[in-house]
Amino acid sequence: MELKEIIFFILATATVLSGWLVVSLKNIIHSAFALLITFFGVGGLFVYLSADFLAATQILIYVGGVMILVLFAIMLSEKVYNVSIFHASKILPGLLVLGGVQVVLLRVMIESPWRIRAGADSVMRPTTEILGGLLLNEYLLPFEVISVLLLAALIGAVVLIRKEVKRRREGACL
Amino acid sequence: MPETIIPAGYFPIILFFVIALFFGLVTLFFGSLIRPNRPSVEKLSPYECGNPPFMDSRSRVFIRYYLVAVLFVLFDLEAVFLYPWAVVYHKIGMYGLVEMLLFIVILLVGYAYAWRKGALEWD
Amino acid sequence: MTAQVLDMVKFLWAHSVLQIVIVFACTLMMVPILTWVERKVIGHMQVRLGPMRVGPHGILQGIADGVKLLLKENIVPSGADKRIFVLAPILSLVPAMIAFSVIPFDHWFYITDINIAVLYVLAISSVGTYGIILAGWSSNSKYALLGALRSAAQVISYELAIGLSLVGPLMMAGTLSMVGITKAQAEHWFLLPQIVGFFIYFVAMLAETNRSPFDLPEAETELVAGFHVEYSGMRFAFFFIAEYANMVLVSSMATVMFLGGWNPPFQMFEVMHVLQKVPGIFWFFGKVAFLLFCFLWVRATFPRFRYDQLMRLGWKVLIPMALGNILVTGIVLALLK
Repeated sequence: MELKEIIFFILATATVLSGWLVVSLKNIIHSAFALLITFFGVGGLFVYLSADFLAATQILIYVGGVMILVLFAIMLSEKVYNVSIFHASKILPGLLVLGGVQVVLLRVMIESPWRIRAGADSVMRPTTEILGGLLLNEYLLPFEVISVLLLAALIGAVVLIRKEVKRRREGACL
Repeated sequence: MPETIIPAGYFPIILFFVIALFFGLVTLFFGSLIRPNRPSVEKLSPYECGNPPFMDSRSRVFIRYYLVAVLFVLFDLEAVFLYPWAVVYHKIGMYGLVEMLLFIVILLVGYAYAWRKGALEWD
Repeated sequence: MTAQVLDMVKFLWAHSVLQIVIVFACTLMMVPILTWVERKVIGHMQVRLGPMRVGPHGILQGIADGVKLLLKENIVPSGADKRIFVLAPILSLVPAMIAFSVIPFDHWFYITDINIAVLYVLAISSVGTYGIILAGWSSNSKYALLGALRSAAQVISYELAIGLSLVGPLMMAGTLSMVGITKAQAEHWFLLPQIVGFFIYFVAMLAETNRSPFDLPEAETELVAGFHVEYSGMRFAFFFIAEYANMVLVSSMATVMFLGGWNPPFQMFEVMHVLQKVPGIFWFFGKVAFLLFCFLWVRATFPRFRYDQLMRLGWKVLIPMALGNILVTGIVLALLK
């Protein structure tokens, strides 16, 4: 086995294992920590798919932004540090959902034309420029629609949280 | 896995990561062999300027922190879209500028709304 | 025998091992020197002498501090989350170190050159925020938690300003590779055309590293020390090293993005090409040293901000300014074409 393969398998194992820990750990902060490793693993897998821009944004957005949001949300809530989130009654629907998702994922895995070039040259092409070109020409409409989506999210967040801020101002919190 | 291309430029990063992590763990481990360890109840109690600690220190936090994080994620996404545009900008010119202006103006509406509603204020 | 050693060195260099070891060792050694310089500079700015006891003019002060920290007891406060408490300092140190992998110190001296280097630095340095949040939360201390929350909110706010202020230089260079950006500045640095961007970056980099006048997370008079109040010994030292490594990192970023990296100044004039006789690495570290001096200068000059002022500056001044800078850069570049 070559070095790159060994690293790939370490990465993949770490991703899957930490993903398992996210759902199985009892302390939700520990779960958040495991999720951090999962995101890094996914970022590494993106590198192996020669999607370097996606790898960087994966870490920048998910690790640098969304995870901090999650941590703040946890600290915002009352006493959620040690809770069991296991519900015996929900095993069957859970399995059904899992199976459905697996079918879709397997189809994608088998049928999608993976654009990985065979490995003679080890130089990666800069995907950032290709992405920039595509966003501004072929995919211009989706690109502009994204800004509307972000706008909606922004307004939604401000409206929701403003109420809370007013209500909370009287109560004591850090 | 013959078709995986080698992310050659990334090996040094992984190597650096391993070395840094190794350094951290080894320093802490060897340090633990030579440093004293004499805990007592007073020494281990959280510092509160000399008073005995009261209440649970992990109380709920102010919701403003959450709002800052939400705004950060949204604007960070916008910034990430700016990067590929910036890199190809010198090739597209005015046309690209108009497209990006449209994108930013739509987001500026949200920014102005957040400003008007006092979401950027910290009080 | 000598040939074998030489081959070995060449092999290690080609595989970046040697560069990594050099960068790592230099960053670690720089911390005691920088702390000594900091105390000396601020001392003299306030008409004091600063440390004088350990070695001539106190030059060994930093090393003495390091040895002391190594020998100090590690305290885990009662009620702390032990595992997270131990992991947090490492989580703070490692990103601060590995972010240096893409910084080009000279045209022959960089660990690696990847196509997304700028984004890589931004992404990796954002991981350091976790070290802070988790340290504050796991300590089971009110001061630590409050300091951590403040610090995290501050860092992410100014990260935006940093991210947006770098778009201007990127538009001019047309690449995200640090080596490429430096090469684009061989004649003209981006400092002059991007002076607004540089100003935004400079202010934001002070806040990003929790330095004065934005050192609220550590405000010793109200929060005693912020997120690392419960840490002692080597674990505290890790936070300390991470802070200084981050200072050098943001200064290096500023050097690459605005100050021409390893390129000597005034290269648009034929006469000044003589400056290329000086190796690029000296130019690089000269610029970094100047920026680090600015850190200390600002610290000795300005009083601390209030938290609402700090947030207002980040969200209401720097971000609109950065967006305006992008717009103006875009229009000027399009007109020049």
